[in-house]
Amino acid sequence: MEILAAVVVGGLFGCGIYLLMSRSPVRLIIGLVLLSNAINLLIFTAADLIRGKAPLIPPDSLRAVEATADPLPQALILTAIVISFGVLAFALVLFSRTFKSTEATSLDEMKTTDT
Amino acid sequence: MKLLLILPILIPLTTAACCLLLWRHRSLQRLLGTLGSVAHLVVALLLLWTVRQDGIFATQVGNWPAPFGITLVADLFSAIMTVLGALMGFTVVIYSLTSIDSGRESFGYYAFFHLLLMGVSGVFLTGDLFNLYVWFEVMLMSSFVLLALGGERHQLEGAIKYVTLNLISSALFLTALGILYGMLGTLNMADLSVQISGGMHAGVVSTLSMLFLVAFGIKSALFPLFFWLPASYHTPPVAVSAIFAGLLTKVGVYTLIRVFTLLFSQDIGYTHSIILVISGLTMVTGVLGAMAQNEFRRILSFHIISQVGYMVLGLGLFTPLALAGSIFYIMHHIIVKTNLFLVSGVARRLQGSYQLDRLGGLYQAAPALTAIFMISAFSLAGIPPLSGFWAKLILVKASLDMTGYIIAATALGVGLLTLFSMAKIWAAAFWGDAPETTVAGKEQPWETFSFSEKIALYLPMILLGALTLTIGLMSQPFFELATQAAGQLLNPAGYIDAVLGGK
Repeated sequence: MEILAAVVVGGLFGCGIYLLMSRSPVRLIIGLVLLSNAINLLIFTAADLIRGKAPLIPPDSLRAVEATADPLPQALILTAIVISFGVLAFALVLFSRTFKSTEATSLDEMKTTDT
Repeated sequence: MKLLLILPILIPLTTAACCLLLWRHRSLQRLLGTLGSVAHLVVALLLLWTVRQDGIFATQVGNWPAPFGITLVADLFSAIMTVLGALMGFTVVIYSLTSIDSGRESFGYYAFFHLLLMGVSGVFLTGDLFNLYVWFEVMLMSSFVLLALGGERHQLEGAIKYVTLNLISSALFLTALGILYGMLGTLNMADLSVQISGGMHAGVVSTLSMLFLVAFGIKSALFPLFFWLPASYHTPPVAVSAIFAGLLTKVGVYTLIRVFTLLFSQDIGYTHSIILVISGLTMVTGVLGAMAQNEFRRILSFHIISQVGYMVLGLGLFTPLALAGSIFYIMHHIIVKTNLFLVSGVARRLQGSYQLDRLGGLYQAAPALTAIFMISAFSLAGIPPLSGFWAKLILVKASLDMTGYIIAATALGVGLLTLFSMAKIWAAAFWGDAPETTVAGKEQPWETFSFSEKIALYLPMILLGALTLTIGLMSQPFFELATQAAGQLLNPAGYIDAVLGGK
C-alpha cells in the first residue's frame, strides 16, 4: 500500500511540476492543484498507513497498546486543503483578471515588469 | 504575562476584523488602522522588555501540554523581530494615510494590512512548525491581496510571478514538513530539536534541511531563487512596497535562522557551508542587478537581495559574533530599507516618476527629504558612523575571525558597489538638474503638500531616519541586544526548556 501511494505521490509531483513549467496560465494553475494534492497524499503516506485501527486509548492506560492510525496527519491535511483551496481560488481570479486586462494567452507575454 | 505572547497576533486580528465591519466608513477605518498599529507597537515593546528581563517564555495555546498542542514562544530574537514588524506597521500605516487612494481604502486596504502584520507576528512567535506554515499562508494571502489591490495591469503581472513562486515555496515547505513529521512524529520545534540532536536519521535530516533551505530561500530571495522579487516589488503603491521590502523577505531570513540554529545544526560543515556560498552569490548578484537599473524602486528591490546575502552570511559562519552581526544587520536593514522606499514615494509624488532620468533637483526643492535619503542611503552602503557601517563591520570581523577572507572581501566589495548605486540615485534625483519638461512636452508643476499631508508623509521618515542615526551613534545597546539574542540561538537548551518545561 505504501509503495502504491508513493508511486502515486511521485506521479502527481512529476505531472504538477511539468505543468508548472509550461507557458499556458491554465496549465500552470492545474499544475499547482496537482502539486497541492500530491503534498496532501505525501503527508498522509509519510506518517504510516495503518488500516482499521482507530486511535482509541483504553480507559485504564495512558497510551495506545498497539500501533494505531495517527489522526494528526489527517488534521494537517484538512488544514492544508482549506488553505490550498483558498489560495488556488485567489490564483484563479488573479489569472482571469490578468487575462482580461492583458489579453495574454502565454506567460511569455507578461514580461513588462521583469528586469 | 502569557497574554503578551498572544496580543501581537490578537490586536492586528481585531483591528482587521473591525475594519472589515466598518466597510463603508473610510475615515473610521483609517482611525482604527492607526490606533491598532499603535497598540501593536506598544505590546511588542512590552514583549521585548519582558523577554529581556525574564528570559525566554512560552505559552501553550488551549492549555494542551507541549509537544501536543501549539506553543507560542518568544526568545529575544523573536521579540526583536516582533518589535521591528510592529514598528514598520506603525510607520507605514501613518504614511498610507495620505498615500493610498480612496479606491484601495474602500476595498479593505487597512484590513489586509493588519492581517499581514498578524501573519508576520505569528511567524515570529510560533513554536510549532505546522503553525508556522499556517502563519506563512496568512501572511502570503494578505500580501497577495495587497499586491493586486487596485488591479492595474503591471500590478497583476507582478502579482502572478509573486503568487506562483510563493505557492511553490509553500508547497516545498509543506513537503519537507510532512516528511519530517512522518520520520520523527512531532512538529513542535523544541521537541524536533531534541529528537534531531539525538542523531536519528542523520542523513535524511540533512537532505530535508536542503528542502527547507530552498523553500525559505524562495521566500527570503536568496540566489538563485530571487527572480520574483524585482519583478513584483516595484508594481504596487509605494506604501505596500515599503512594508513588503521591510518585512517579507526578512520573515524568510528569520525562519532560515530559526530552523538552521534550532533544528539543523548537527552537520554544520555541510549545511552551513552551502549557506555561506549562497550568501556570497546572493550579495554579488543582487548588487550587480541593481547597477543595471535606472528606476528608483527597482534599484532598491535589487538591493534587498544583496542585503539579504549579508544577513544570511552570519548564519553561514555560525559563530556567536557572526549571528549577532546577522541580527544587528536585520535590525538596521528593515528600518533603512523601508525608509528608502518611503523616500522614493515622496520623490514620485513631487515629480511624477520613479525613473531616475525624470527626477532631479530634489536637493533644492525638498531639503528635508534629501537629508533623510542621505542618512538612509549612506547607512545602507555602510558609511561610518551610520548603522550599516557597524552591521557590516561586525560581519566582516566575524568572517576574518574564521579566516574567511574571500567572503570578507566579497562583503566589502558589495558594500562599495552599493555605494555606487546609492550615489547614482543621489546624483540623478537629488543633485542633478530638475528636468524641464515631461514626456508630453509641457511644464510639470511640482506637487505641493498641505500641512497634514506633510506630517503624515514626513513623520514616519523622520522617525525611521532618527532611529538609523541612533543605532549608528549609540550602537552599543543594540549590539548587546543582538549578542544576547545570538547567544540564545546558539544555545537552544534555554528555548527547549521554556517550551517543554525542562522535561
